[in-house]
Amino acid sequence: MIAAAVLAALATTCALAAWRLTFARWTWRAPRTAILLWQSLGVTWGLASTGALLAFALGPYGKGVVHGLAEFLAGFLASVGSSVRDPYDMVRLAALIAGLSLLAVLVALPLAAGAQTLRARRRHRLLLALVARDEPAVPGVRVVDFPGAAAYCLPGLKSQVVISDGTLHLLSSAELEAVLAHEAAHVRERHDLVLLPFAALRRALPWSKLVRDAQASVELLIEMAADDRARRRCCPRRLATALLRFGTSAALPTPQGALGASASSSVMARVDRLVRPEMSLPPAQRFLILTGSVVLATSAPLLWLLPG
Amino acid sequence: MKGLGELERSIMDILWAENAPLTAREVGRLIEDRDLAPTTVMTVLDRLSRKGFLTRTRDGRAWRYQPAASRDAYVAELMLEALDMTGDRDAALTRFAQAVSGTEAEILRKALTELGEE
Repeated sequence: MIAAAVLAALATTCALAAWRLTFARWTWRAPRTAILLWQSLGVTWGLASTGALLAFALGPYGKGVVHGLAEFLAGFLASVGSSVRDPYDMVRLAALIAGLSLLAVLVALPLAAGAQTLRARRRHRLLLALVARDEPAVPGVRVVDFPGAAAYCLPGLKSQVVISDGTLHLLSSAELEAVLAHEAAHVRERHDLVLLPFAALRRALPWSKLVRDAQASVELLIEMAADDRARRRCCPRRLATALLRFGTSAALPTPQGALGASASSSVMARVDRLVRPEMSLPPAQRFLILTGSVVLATSAPLLWLLPG
Repeated sequence: MKGLGELERSIMDILWAENAPLTAREVGRLIEDRDLAPTTVMTVLDRLSRKGFLTRTRDGRAWRYQPAASRDAYVAELMLEALDMTGDRDAALTRFAQAVSGTEAEILRKALTELGEE
């Protein structure tokens, strides 16, 4: 019973922490650390909420979730053939079914979302191969003849950075360089993989404001992380003006399964950050958050093993 | 010889430029690379048909190929996929387009002017 209570408390704590984190502004001073904290909160919440249900259901075995499940399955299989069945508490049975279903959903969703994303990307890649051209002025970048502003990366094993012809006209060469540095950061750090589970969770719980806000926060943090990478290689002011030019050019948002240079309503937040950089979070604090994230993420699996 | 991907591209360009369905022989004649084996052209045409980018009709003993959709349609598909981002309409990426309209665009425009002047 203790394990179930602790896991339930942990799940609640994660949800509360996530709620607080959607308002937090320190995250903008350490986007990478904050992203890790978000991931840790997400994983822990999933394991803790399913674990709480399962721990409650399997309480009578007194062996923890993992071993309790094994014992339950063994007993279940043994009773299938015989006519004698153990009487089972209906409430616990419901908890067991709920816990296993939730676990299945939490595992299946990102997988399904991943498969769908891969399909969309494959189609996008095929079309790009036919209509995009190489531009000598911007080597390594695919250019699509389209008058609007668009810049995005199509992630994958061979990621591609794509810009529209309109972008070439809209931006100065320094601004274009900044945008490309930003996209290169997305490519290098595989930010699409970070986003995937959050997008999947959002599709699963479209009515949840918390999940929606969480996804929006992570999206913004990822853009900020890419901004931070880009500013090492280019002038931050040019990245800021490029963002503003995109914002005022009635740009189309970025394609499905791709990340955009300016695909956020929080353009101004990013511009402010680029033009008036705040001090980044002190290393000691970042280390503390990192350690906390790791401890949090390991706590749930350990609690799955806790008997009782 | 060009890579297969580039060859697909140039063959699509040829077929988009022509308004009539062409046979493999006709495509081969229009292609820049004269050393190309006719079987290579046929292979690429076949590949493009299987991917759904070309439709083909019988003409005697040969096939005539034409694009399934215009080049502009594909460009539009690429650029408009954006509106479908992550499957839900009010995702952060679609919000950007809304944020750009009206007063919000005005705020950005003002910021741009300020930044540009410095």
